[in-house]
Amino acid sequence: MNIFVCVSQVPDTATRIKPAADGKTIDKTDVNFILNPYDEIAVEQALRVKEAHGGEVTVISVGDDTVLNTIRKAIAMGADKAVHIKTQEEVDGISAARAVAEILKTANPDLVFTGKESVDSNSGQFATFLAALLDINVINVAVKFDLTGSHIRAEREIEGGKEVVETSLPAVVSCQKGLNEPRLPTLKGIMASKTKKPEEVAFSGGASWTAITELVKPPAKPAGKIVGADVSAVTALVDLLHNEAKVI
Amino acid sequence: MSSLLIVAEHRNGKLKKSSFEAISKGASVAKDLGLTAHVLLVGGNEVAGLTAEAANYGVSSILTVTDPKLSAYANRAFATAVSEVAKAKSATVILLSATALGRELGAFVSVKLDASLASDCTELHSAGGNLKVIRPVYTGKALSTVELKQPVKVITLRPNAFPAVSSPSSPSVEAVSVTFSDKDFACKVVDTITASGKLDVAEAEIVVSGGRSLGSAENFKILEDLAAVLGGAVGASRAAVDSGYRSHEDQVGQTGKVISPKLYIACGISGAIQHLAGMSSSKVIVAINKDKEAPIFQIADYGIVADLFEIVPALTEELKKRSH
Repeated sequence: MNIFVCVSQVPDTATRIKPAADGKTIDKTDVNFILNPYDEIAVEQALRVKEAHGGEVTVISVGDDTVLNTIRKAIAMGADKAVHIKTQEEVDGISAARAVAEILKTANPDLVFTGKESVDSNSGQFATFLAALLDINVINVAVKFDLTGSHIRAEREIEGGKEVVETSLPAVVSCQKGLNEPRLPTLKGIMASKTKKPEEVAFSGGASWTAITELVKPPAKPAGKIVGADVSAVTALVDLLHNEAKVI
Repeated sequence: MSSLLIVAEHRNGKLKKSSFEAISKGASVAKDLGLTAHVLLVGGNEVAGLTAEAANYGVSSILTVTDPKLSAYANRAFATAVSEVAKAKSATVILLSATALGRELGAFVSVKLDASLASDCTELHSAGGNLKVIRPVYTGKALSTVELKQPVKVITLRPNAFPAVSSPSSPSVEAVSVTFSDKDFACKVVDTITASGKLDVAEAEIVVSGGRSLGSAENFKILEDLAAVLGGAVGASRAAVDSGYRSHEDQVGQTGKVISPKLYIACGISGAIQHLAGMSSSKVIVAINKDKEAPIFQIADYGIVADLFEIVPALTEELKKRSH
């Protein structure tokens, strides 16, 4: 089984985001970058499929040299090798997907795992972009995944429930929390992540189709009202929700 | 003539509320940009029964693509249907709801039509004929203005972020014929599992949410009672989900759902930055917490500094009393 996992790095979820001086990007000073939490689930799923069906797991990431940390984390979890598509530019999702699709066209993967979205851009589009570019099947927001031969039966999260989806290899699968519990890196993995060098590939994703022209902090909310400190505040709260906020 | 296409979503023979929001917004954007607006319905035989309702929100031209095979969702086939209709109608703007289905189709259609895509937008301005798209990034910790460079633009709209304005009209219905290949049905939904009548936190207008201080899964019953009186859904913080009190699909926050309900009632939630990111765009926020220093009070419109186990049942009773 030839398995790929697409990973990206994102600011640690505890980060306070500050727009940079250019007004378009974030101020990266003091920001700790981590492996996108949903991508960790994707790496775990890839490793589980390999353990059950055999094969090899390749991690792939797009960006400058700072993504190497993210790649190392995935190798430390157990991935066999890595491809680093190198670019200094900020590229958008479709452009990154084209670059990854270029590699996958010759690599011919059976399965490609991604996180259901990255917690920086929150677009949730990458898996579908890849599948559409490669003209293969895609399952998004998977919370359950079973592979029998080349047949996939998965569950994906939808509003208020789940859909049971059936398809066949090759396929791209985007992973949601609940699919699995990602393992911690092992000592052996950490050692391997220091010696295994990713294959470096030049970026060939072409032009971005979107650009961020302005990035601002959301407007601050005015200070709220403390209605009370015991059960007698309940009547006043209901009055305020009715008459002032008009939401009930 | 160029057009604007709104893809309406339906489940169990009913259009979704988020689709009415998209149709309303689409009608006003089309007017500003000088485009003809069409609503597209894709599905099986049930589509015929939905056209009248689809025309109630400011767009009277309803397009349908029907095929018995489309009664179950098959992502590639639906993407083919939307793309083919968009081409036939020279659509330059395609609107969908940022739901599981809308986000997936949006990305497919973007590739098929060489179109720019902006997902999960919370503002869309078209005054003066220029489209301005704003979407939250870093889970709501920042707002980005996105330039869509391609001639064709695909935009998905966050549920609850745009009003659905009723404006009834008589529908003009046109069936569009689309040819599908076998590949289009290579990935399909074979079953849907829904918690009976369960409202999703991402779609609910009112969300009552609980944190770890609820102490057990059983204690969430008091939040369910409050949510039931309000016609809302129950959400949870990551701490509550990680403690096993609720399932992860109820989680609100950076690694859960990002929501913008009309009213968010946070019960025993301190307000970690990851949680605030997921709900701070709610229109009205109520916080109930014993700890008056809890960060949640900094973004709450109304706060009660007291034990949730006393306040929540009393609130439920008060609301019940008034609804009589």
